[in-house]
Amino acid sequence: MKPYAFVSAIALAALLSSCGGGSAGKEIKIGGIGPVTGEAATYGVSTKQGMELAFEEWNAKGGVLGKQVKLVFADDKGDPAEGATVYTKLIQQDKVVAIVGTVMSKVTLAGAPIAQAAKIPMITPTSTNEKVTQTGDFIYRACYIDSFEGNVGAKFAFDDLKAKSAGIIFDVGNDYSKGLAENFKNTFEGFGGKIAANEGHPSGATDFKAQLTKIVQAKPDVLYVPDYYNDVALIAKQARELGYKGPMVGGDGWDSPELVKIGGAAVENGFFTNHYSAADSRPVVQDFVKKFTAKNGAAPDALATLAYDAVYIMLDAIKRAGKTDGAAIRDALAATDLGVVSGQVKFDANRNPVKSAVIIEIKGGAQVYKTTVNP
Amino acid sequence: MGTIFNLQQIINGLQVGSIYALIALGYTMVYGIVRLINFAHGDFFMLGAYAAYGAFFLFNASLAGKGGATAFLALAASMAAGAAVALLANRLAYRPLRYKPKLSSLITAIGVSMFLEYFLSALPAIGPSYRSFPEILPKTQIAVGSATISNYVVIDIAVAAVLMIGLTALVKWSPLGKAMRAVSQDKDAARLMGIDVERVIAWTFAIGGAFAGAAGLLSGMTYPRIFPYMGIQPGLKAFIAAVLGGIGNIPGAVLGAYIMGLAETFASAYNSLLGEGIAFAILIAVLLVRPRGILGEKTADKI
Repeated sequence: MKPYAFVSAIALAALLSSCGGGSAGKEIKIGGIGPVTGEAATYGVSTKQGMELAFEEWNAKGGVLGKQVKLVFADDKGDPAEGATVYTKLIQQDKVVAIVGTVMSKVTLAGAPIAQAAKIPMITPTSTNEKVTQTGDFIYRACYIDSFEGNVGAKFAFDDLKAKSAGIIFDVGNDYSKGLAENFKNTFEGFGGKIAANEGHPSGATDFKAQLTKIVQAKPDVLYVPDYYNDVALIAKQARELGYKGPMVGGDGWDSPELVKIGGAAVENGFFTNHYSAADSRPVVQDFVKKFTAKNGAAPDALATLAYDAVYIMLDAIKRAGKTDGAAIRDALAATDLGVVSGQVKFDANRNPVKSAVIIEIKGGAQVYKTTVNP
Repeated sequence: MGTIFNLQQIINGLQVGSIYALIALGYTMVYGIVRLINFAHGDFFMLGAYAAYGAFFLFNASLAGKGGATAFLALAASMAAGAAVALLANRLAYRPLRYKPKLSSLITAIGVSMFLEYFLSALPAIGPSYRSFPEILPKTQIAVGSATISNYVVIDIAVAAVLMIGLTALVKWSPLGKAMRAVSQDKDAARLMGIDVERVIAWTFAIGGAFAGAAGLLSGMTYPRIFPYMGIQPGLKAFIAAVLGGIGNIPGAVLGAYIMGLAETFASAYNSLLGEGIAFAILIAVLLVRPRGILGEKTADKI
């Protein structure tokens, strides 16, 4: 058995070394991660499509530092344990110099410490949980965080909708919803607005009338609904049924064609904060939408856009760093000032992007770009 | 306290209670006759919603504009589907176990429930995701004093009331009702009197299933989002309502359901987090203080 074990050890070593070309080869390897299977499969597919388009464009322009860039994509299945495995695989086996990923906060939170420990710079396109970038100085993100979205919603309600009082209904079992509601409340009150009613509802509820009755009877100028589209549609219907006629404001959880299908006329006069709008007339947006649609046969959603942007941010940093050393890329990322599809990106001290959000209006059953709100 | 106990909240509670009542009736009738907690009952409710959904798309084109006729057909479809699946479950799953230990039937009921949920999720035509329920009738609002009532609230309460009055009449005055009462009191004696016990049991399942199906339609119209697991929560709440009213007792189930609906609404209005928990608090309280329920008869063993 011994000779056999020896031979296989040699073979394994040869295999490993052939895999680990890294930056020494003719190409620079960048890891990409997303859940292309599992509970959030559409998120992963969009993310992968966004990344692939960005890599194609960079390679067509000649790559980075005179070399082609190669996307090594891995599927985390939306599972934190699987996420930790693929982060390790990309870093140790594929020897990537940087990672773009992953999508869901719970999975990113499992992978980020691994990237941090290996000093591999990482940027997540869409993990909005605040804790993600607190993992360490190699961890960045391309999206804004939950609290920012609540702030923008409040600013829009107060400045643009001229609301003086607001009602809030949120899901007590969802950190996203709770975070948005909390930040909306603080910001709105900071402007001098009044929170007329602030009501939670249990996760998975279908009847919200008891809470909504209380809110509607407090006569708010605006109703803030930071929920996912399924709940938003039911809440909107029941609020209208109880006689509420004013505007409703929400977050990026509203971004689904299902919202209008279920909510119908009830979600009209509704506005939500989002990372980007395909209807934004800036040339960089329109160019991206055109290319993406031509390649994938459908318009990009926010996930595809942020994945595309994240690749641009990372490759731009590598270009400015002038080398593929982790610390150098990290320092270059910190100095980012780049115009991408979802806005002009700079990073704050917590490695979160400081950028604008768009407000989308539901009008005539369609999503219409309303305005851009700067932080 | 004006924000909690006011006309609008009472109406909200009655609407929720009406849907619970229709489901609770099936639980209580089946328990009254065969001493079985049919945990698949919430799924009959779900099937009723899907049947109404299917009927709407089948008939809507030919009955365009006639919302009333479409709604009636949808109601018929939901009740027929609820009755049919209840009959099938009784025939295939419960009847073979009728004279076996009660625990076998109880576990089988859980199995039937899971089968219905996962089988429908696996069917490509239905699938596991949410579907939006169509607006069968145009929605209108009526202002009544300080409250706003939509026609859907009126429909929910009215349909439930009509069905419940019909059921009471059936149980009280029809030969079938007499037979049902006889079977619930003593199966063997009833059989000796020439009553076809299995037939009566089948009827009981069918009526209970039809009521759950109707509740499915009302729920789909009121909360226009349907999915294969939609029956779990209302089924559980209706079961608690039946226990509260006294399981096996028909007026008790209705009373329990309305108490539950109102209690949930008031509790949610008082504090959002209380709403979901109040049902279980009620269940614990009933089991501790009056295990036979408000109108229930004294029996030695419950489940």
